[in-house]
Amino acid sequence: MYGFEALTFNVHAGYLEAIVRGHRSALLTAADYNNLCQCETLDDIKMHLSATEYASYLQNEPSPLHTTTIVEKCTLKLVDEYKHMLCQATEPLSTFLEYITYGHMIDNVVLIVTGTLHERDVQELLEKCHPLGMFDSIATLAVAQNMRELYRLVLVDTPLAPYFSECITSEDLDDMNIEIMRNTLYKAYLEDFYRFCQKLGGATAEIMSDLLAFEADRRAVNITINSIGTELTRDDRRKLYSSFGLLYPYGHEELAVCEDIDQVRGVMEKYPPYQSIFAKLSYGESQMLDKAFYEEEVKRLCLAFEQQFHYGVFFAYMRLREQEIRNLMWISECVAQNQKSRVHDSVVFIF
Amino acid sequence: MSSSTMVGASSSWSRAMLQISPYTFSAVGIAIAIGVSVLGAAWGIFITGSSLIGAAIKAPRITSKNLISVIFCEAVAIYGVIVAIILQTKLENVPPSQIYEPESLRAGYAIFASGIIVGFANLVCGLCVGIIGSSCALSDAQNSSLFVKILVIEIFGSALGLFGVIVGIIMSAQATWPSKGG
Repeated sequence: MYGFEALTFNVHAGYLEAIVRGHRSALLTAADYNNLCQCETLDDIKMHLSATEYASYLQNEPSPLHTTTIVEKCTLKLVDEYKHMLCQATEPLSTFLEYITYGHMIDNVVLIVTGTLHERDVQELLEKCHPLGMFDSIATLAVAQNMRELYRLVLVDTPLAPYFSECITSEDLDDMNIEIMRNTLYKAYLEDFYRFCQKLGGATAEIMSDLLAFEADRRAVNITINSIGTELTRDDRRKLYSSFGLLYPYGHEELAVCEDIDQVRGVMEKYPPYQSIFAKLSYGESQMLDKAFYEEEVKRLCLAFEQQFHYGVFFAYMRLREQEIRNLMWISECVAQNQKSRVHDSVVFIF
Repeated sequence: MSSSTMVGASSSWSRAMLQISPYTFSAVGIAIAIGVSVLGAAWGIFITGSSLIGAAIKAPRITSKNLISVIFCEAVAIYGVIVAIILQTKLENVPPSQIYEPESLRAGYAIFASGIIVGFANLVCGLCVGIIGSSCALSDAQNSSLFVKILVIEIFGSALGLFGVIVGIIMSAQATWPSKGG
């Protein structure tokens, strides 16, 4: 019952909630980002990061650092924290934590299938996969020729199996189909996650519904913008939108017929939460849209910590750390390529 | 029996109630006083303790100060013990002919009521202090200036248990059994 979670939440998840809040206090602040943006070389970045929680992960790296090493070690820290929490969790928190990683699993599957299509080496692709989304038979994905085989050989044993019912066709895999497959899987995953949170009820359902609805709406806008000018038909586009969220169903109807960015803006400005996002962009510009969406997402994720005794804090923490890793990657790339003027284009401050 | 003249021809439930011995009511009251108070205290301590342990991993400095939340919860159990001991001293032996005298019934009901008052007041007080103590530990781990402010809320919360104890003791003071002469 909503309002009385405080009485029994701590039995199973009190310790983990306190741990995740401790991790949250270790996120990099605006002052840290300002220091990092002033760095001249990657070694300076490593020195600044040694003063934060990343110290133990970066200290043994030899001196000519690469940006990929920094990102890999930071991701490793996230994976360690996640695994620590997962092994301590009981049902239903353990299922909830696993749901958080299915998005990465989908991305990994698409990465390997695309890479195989372009004749890349499987080992090289496996190294590029996100560690949170790994599963045992992932290397076998390189063998499959079409989606049916993909499903039958590999994916039927993974947690992604139920999401495949809508996209098993015998067509061969090519770039377009793979993108459609990715979006169809992600749609099924978001809807499944949404249903699971609704079943949990209480504060978790309320907070996660808001966060997942924002995610669904953001993906709808991105799908629309990315498919303008491609061969994707309106019906296909409509099939990729999730069936929940602020834009469902009327916004989706309008987005499905959009042919350029100004029409998308026209549709989104009817919804007050998204109007403020689109107001930051001038007409005809779409590069800053990603950053505007990230800023809005970070704001909502930080709000999830305001309430105690719900599972949304775990989801919010994972997302905030991923944003932090994106920030670090951007800063490292700008420093490595000597483009420090562009550093503030894409860094989203968390606090 | 003299008690049946009080109720006349009413339903058999009220007659059944009046046939229950006041000793039963007193004993149940004493059991509730201590049992439910300890339930409240234990509930509060586990709510606070699990958050405190998790938060202390990243911020070890909070452990000694935040034990005060656990002490407030424990105090709730001590109130229950004190009142249970006081109540059991109020139990006296009454000759069998006088067990169902109105005065005897009144004493039994007074002890029962006192037990319920103390028990349930301490139950919610323990819960309240436990939940606030959990939030206090988590906030203190992030920002140490918040501790004293949240402690004030906890002090108000623990006053609820005190109210219960005071009223319970006043109730039990009037638990006088009929003296043997009558």
